[in-house]
Formats: sequence, structure tokens, C-alpha cells
Amino acid sequence: MRFRTILIAAAASSALASPALAHRQWLLPSTTTLAGTGEYVTVDAAVSNDLFYPDHVAMDPAQVSVWAPDGTEGKIENPSKGRYRGTFDVAINKPGTWKIGMERSSIGGTFKVDGEQWRVGGRGRPAGAPGAPGGPGAPGAARPAGAPAAAPAGGPGGPGGQPMRMVATVADIPANATEVKLTESLSTYAVYVSADAPTKGVLTPTGKGLEFDPITHPDALVSDEEAQFRFLIDGKPAAGVKVSIVPGGKKYREAEDAQELTTGADGVLRVKWPVAGMYWLSASAEDAKPSDKRAASRRMSFTSTLEVVAP
Amino acid sequence: MTSTKILPALPLLAAGAATVLGASPALAASVTITIPQVKVAEYHRPYVAGWIEPVAGGNARTIFVWYDVKKAGREPGTKWLADLRSWWRKGGNTMKMPADGLSGATRAPGTYTVPIPANLPAGQYVLKVEAARETGGRELVSVPFSVPAKGGSASGKTELGTITIR
Repeated sequence: MRFRTILIAAAASSALASPALAHRQWLLPSTTTLAGTGEYVTVDAAVSNDLFYPDHVAMDPAQVSVWAPDGTEGKIENPSKGRYRGTFDVAINKPGTWKIGMERSSIGGTFKVDGEQWRVGGRGRPAGAPGAPGGPGAPGAARPAGAPAAAPAGGPGGPGGQPMRMVATVADIPANATEVKLTESLSTYAVYVSADAPTKGVLTPTGKGLEFDPITHPDALVSDEEAQFRFLIDGKPAAGVKVSIVPGGKKYREAEDAQELTTGADGVLRVKWPVAGMYWLSASAEDAKPSDKRAASRRMSFTSTLEVVAP
Repeated sequence: MTSTKILPALPLLAAGAATVLGASPALAASVTITIPQVKVAEYHRPYVAGWIEPVAGGNARTIFVWYDVKKAGREPGTKWLADLRSWWRKGGNTMKMPADGLSGATRAPGTYTVPIPANLPAGQYVLKVEAARETGGRELVSVPFSVPAKGGSASGKTELGTITIR
């Protein structure tokens, strides 16, 4: 189960796809470099404006997957969700680089039936993906199902009535829908932790969507050395990808000091680090090549937390 | 055993001064490392590693690493080798400990001499010595030298004293 699809509210989905929005989702590993294979990392997981200061919404550790260096699935231990911050541990018990994070895909948008606006809930499920539970909170009982009678004002499934009607997935769009406007969203959040020498197995591109294909290993970043990160879209170097690089700890400075960078013609981003520390990197791109033909566009994002050590 | 044993301390001939000595090529070069006294309530001997980097580029070569070899308790002394963060990145992270002829126990404050491998090809090098101390600081000292026959010296400020190649 390399690709986990989970339920996300439309708002959260757009926040992931648009790093310019203030609320940022983040994972903060206690370290990215370990000696030996007898250690753990402990990871904080939250959504907040400022990095890495949990003061808004905790992330549920159940959303997180772990990929071991040999391609097997790792597991999270001791998960807990506090008021502002989720935490979990991962036993880094094999040598090499581990990947910890989330990969999500969804299709969301709007359509009309008999002049009434409907929303697709932003929770598409690629066939064969591990099943997300059937959609808690989905007011999807109000299905148009091609029959306007099934969608009277108020909606049978919507107690109290929904301001906008909604279906859970693209498959629920009725045949008589018009003005179908759909966007596919692919987002990845990954942090990398290495035991002993870093390896690149978990960084192998799949050829789908926006991917991080670093030349400088993310666990070998030093503040006085320029880092080079290649970005790919569908396996090819992606020029013009916008990338935000934000150092943690804004509350101890006057300003956020974010760098807004763009990949070059070779798809490579060149980053200079003003100081050592933990950084939040978020890359985003949009194109018109969604995997689902009913969608018109595709939004992609890759986000990571990077540790940059002093020389 | 290889020929690179840790030698007992030799007297310093010109401690402190920046020395550039024309050593005879017949003599094996060595480096003396001074671990300073640090006046703190809680003192732990530092982890220290030394390695050689060719100026022209190429792999770093570790010549010694001192860590808590016999640490008791649940966590092995190797856990904190990554605190020697430059050495770790430059090659420590691929080494197996203990490393025959290279690794040894932490040292008390004092001066120690370690041989520089006799089989270094002629060229320009930088010797790097890094120290990291539990509840203390971390320091990296670089000493440029060349083969054959040109030594050098540099001093740390906090965790390392004078490092001299002769």
C-alpha cells in the first residue's frame, strides 16, 4: 500500500495544494540522522501558520505511512493526538533512508443538475487503493443519481439541509450533470530519516505526478553548501516549479524569511541556506494532465521538512 | 591488525606556535592532538574523530575515532557518533565500529599522537579533527598539509587545543 488515499475536507485539500495559504501542515522529526539501527525518531504532526509551532490543529498520526529503506512498510508506534499536536515514534531499525509521511490523491469540483450546484467531495479513490472508510461526515446521502426527484430542496440525507449539495466521489456524478468542473489533486508530504549511510531507495521516482528527485541527499544538507533538488512531473524534469523554503522559528525573528524559488530548465532547484536548522519545503505545480479524463486540471504538491546542519 | 596503531603521546616540540616543518620523507608523518581541560561541573570526555580530505576532491579517509567503546546500559556508545556531524557525513556513516586500528576509547585531556598513513599519494590535503562533548560543545579544526614533507598546525578554541602535523 504505497499510495494511501484518505478523506480530506475540501478546505484541507486546497491548503495542501496551495502552499501560499497560511495554514501549513507539517511533520517534524526529532532528528534526520541516526547512528546505528537501534534508535527511534519521534515525530510531531500538526497544522499551523508558523513553523514549527503547534498552536492550531493536531494531525492524526493514523494518516501517516512509513516506508523502510528496503521498500517494506514500516509502522508508527505510540501514536497520540493532543490538542495542538499529534506525535508518534518510528523504530528506525534498518540501515538506510526511511520515508515518513502521506501521499494523497483526490478529485474535487462542482457540477450542476437542473440548474442546482453540486459539489464533488474531494475524496476520489483510485481503483485498488486501500479503502478509506466510507466517508464519515459525508452528507452524501443526498445523491442526485440522475433523478432530480432524489434531490429535492433540503436533501433527504442532509438533516437541516446543506447549503450546497455534495456527492462523495466522481463516480456519483449523474449522467445528466452539466458544467462539470473537476480538478485532480495529488499531494505528498514526506520526511526522510537515515540510519547510518543515506540511501535513495525511498526516493525512487514512480513517474506519476510531481516528485522530489534530489541530487543532494535530503539527509546530507549543510548550511554552507548549496543543495540541488530536481523535481519531476510524470518522471520528466519539471521546469518552473514554484518552491517555498521556510525556516522554522519565525517567532524568534522579525520576519518569516521564506525563499520563493523556481526550478530551472533542467528541473533543478538550487537552494542556499541562510542558517542551519529545520526548514519546510513546499513545491507546487498545476497542469492539464489529470489521470481522470473528466477532470480538466491537475494540482500537485510536494512538501517536506529538511534538516540543515551547521558545517 | 593494520600498521595504523594509536601511538603513545610524544612530546610536543613547538606547541602552540604555527609550525611548518620540512620533514624528511623517510620519516612517517604524524599528527598530535591536544584535548584541553574544560572546567565544568559535569565533564565527559569528548568524542573525537580525525580524517584526511584530498584538496582536489575524493573520498575522506578516517585516521582515528575515539568514542565510548564500553558504555554500559541500554544504549551503545556508538549512538552519539553522529554528533561528530561532519565526520559522520564524510565517511563515519559507512564505517563499522569498532574499526580495526582506527577506533579507540575516549581520551582524557592531554596530548596524543596518531600516525598519518604512509601510503598517501603525493598531493595537497586537509586534516580535519572534530570533537563533540556530551553536555558540552562541538568543534571542527582544519589543518592543511601536503605530501611529501609539509606539515602545519592549527588550534581550536573550545573543544580542541593545538593540532599539529609534523
